[in-house]
Amino acid sequence: MGKSRAVASIILALGLFLMPNWILKAEEPRYGLGKPATEADIKAWEIDIAPNGAGLPQGRGTVQQGATLYAAKCAACHGPTGTEGPKDPLVGGQGSLASEHPIKTIGSYWPYATTLYDYIFRAMPFSAPQSLTPDEVYSLVAWLLHQNGIIQKDAVMDARTLATIRMPNRNGFISDLRSDGPGH
Amino acid sequence: MNLFDEERRNPSEPDTEKETWVDRRTWLTGAVSMVGATAAGLLTPALLPAEEGESVRPTHVPGRSPSPYGVRAQGETVQRLPTATHSLTPHHALHGIITPSALHFERHHNGVPSINSDRHRLLIHGLVDRPLTFSMNDLVRFPSVTRTLFIECSGNSGKEWKGPTGTTVQETHGLMSTSEWTGVPLSTVLAEAGIKPDAVWMLAEGSDAAAMTRSLPLAELVNDALLCYAQNGEALRPEQGYPLRLVIPGWEGNTCIKWIRRLKLGTAPFMTREETSRYTDLMPDGTAKQFTFVMDTKSVITSPSGGQQIDPGFVEIRGLAWSGHGKIVMAEVSTDGGKSWHTAQLQEPVLPKCHTRFRFGWRWNGDETIIQSRCTDETGSIQPTRAALVAARGVHSFYHYHAIHSWRIDRRGAVTNGQV
Repeated sequence: MGKSRAVASIILALGLFLMPNWILKAEEPRYGLGKPATEADIKAWEIDIAPNGAGLPQGRGTVQQGATLYAAKCAACHGPTGTEGPKDPLVGGQGSLASEHPIKTIGSYWPYATTLYDYIFRAMPFSAPQSLTPDEVYSLVAWLLHQNGIIQKDAVMDARTLATIRMPNRNGFISDLRSDGPGH
Repeated sequence: MNLFDEERRNPSEPDTEKETWVDRRTWLTGAVSMVGATAAGLLTPALLPAEEGESVRPTHVPGRSPSPYGVRAQGETVQRLPTATHSLTPHHALHGIITPSALHFERHHNGVPSINSDRHRLLIHGLVDRPLTFSMNDLVRFPSVTRTLFIECSGNSGKEWKGPTGTTVQETHGLMSTSEWTGVPLSTVLAEAGIKPDAVWMLAEGSDAAAMTRSLPLAELVNDALLCYAQNGEALRPEQGYPLRLVIPGWEGNTCIKWIRRLKLGTAPFMTREETSRYTDLMPDGTAKQFTFVMDTKSVITSPSGGQQIDPGFVEIRGLAWSGHGKIVMAEVSTDGGKSWHTAQLQEPVLPKCHTRFRFGWRWNGDETIIQSRCTDETGSIQPTRAALVAARGVHSFYHYHAIHSWRIDRRGAVTNGQV
């Protein structure tokens, strides 16, 4: 399937989800339960980063800073260059997805660079999730993108620059409406 | 055939000697309280409950006292098969459709968190009229709903894409279970906050060390998704999301976010790691299917199954059939490798988006053969052959494998995993 058809499928899928049948039954009552959430309540937990960069915090990081941090906090699981494991390979694999031995990495598979920030802060390092500062996360994102050949060695990652990154596999995903497989 | 035998023993299984000793001591305490301390001295060794393996005459000795929380019979040792990231339900040893809570499969991405229910909160924000937080007490006060539903990890049978990998049905199909779930409809709780007209997607986030996060389309969720606090009549087990989890009938297990603490409504998918680099199905052309939520029509014979042994003569073939689209309307069994198919009996009640138990009486003549099951749901969806599934999706998907499963039976009656 060509990339253009893939994009069309995504647009179609989003369009279907946008159909107005989601609106709640008008008679859905209210019970007066729950308390108003304060700005502080929301700020304490709102860690998600959207593909357009919404939610990215202030801060910045360089490839060089990321290299040092990666060696200290990530290499033990993901390998010195991001390819060796033992956990998921993070680097390489571009051009392999349609082959007999596909290698799914950040560079070959991930469609959005913003997801890197979201996931690294949310869940990494595995032994101490949500312990990294924004500068540290931006640095690791910078190093990982550079290792995958997506940004230059002197690039600086921050809320503005990260949101502009276009990943190689950006158009590689098709929303699955279960309309073409066996059965459905 | 030993249907009740546990086929695999975990080497890490704790020594039962100590438990035996505790049981004996507990019995003695109970006996003393029943008959009085002075009578305790009259108890002869013959009246003491025997150690495991010794003959016991239960009609000759008082049984143990009632207990505050039950445990299964001594000697019943069937258990989940745990790995670092998941544990598998022993379907070869289970009956009916309800998975005991203690045997419900586990899949978590950085361990089972320890959560105090009194302090747990659910936050709803984003495109809502009134951002709200709910305590567990608030959520239990809402009108409640109970449904019996399967939950299947989309990685269930995932290793079978590349060949017959698992030895037992626990290994090939153990990432699925069925429970009776009780909670409040998600739509009821969202209405309390008020959904803004431009909200289309909902981010659901757990309070585990993975802060597990998925984007889910609201249009589907408001139909039948539940925020559940109870499983099989009691509070959720910690590994099932205590104190609160999302249950979306028929959808891949990963979407049923456990330990849920935050719902954020937005206009577009949030493209989390779990819905991009994970839980997407790589196709042969290098593109990947994304947002494959519904678990497709699938069945498996749970006994006789891999690792078990049968004898010639009558064999009741037993299995499970299920579909994320709705109710199962037919399960069929083949005892000749798919050449001919026979309609199996479905155990009532047949519930939508729930395991359905099927049975087929068979006489095994001692010849080598292959047994299979396939099912059809109320939407007309039929479980595909492995060849059809692989032709459509290649072998690199990992997720959403739902092909007909084959068990080979050799002349000695040994059952093994064998694809055709």
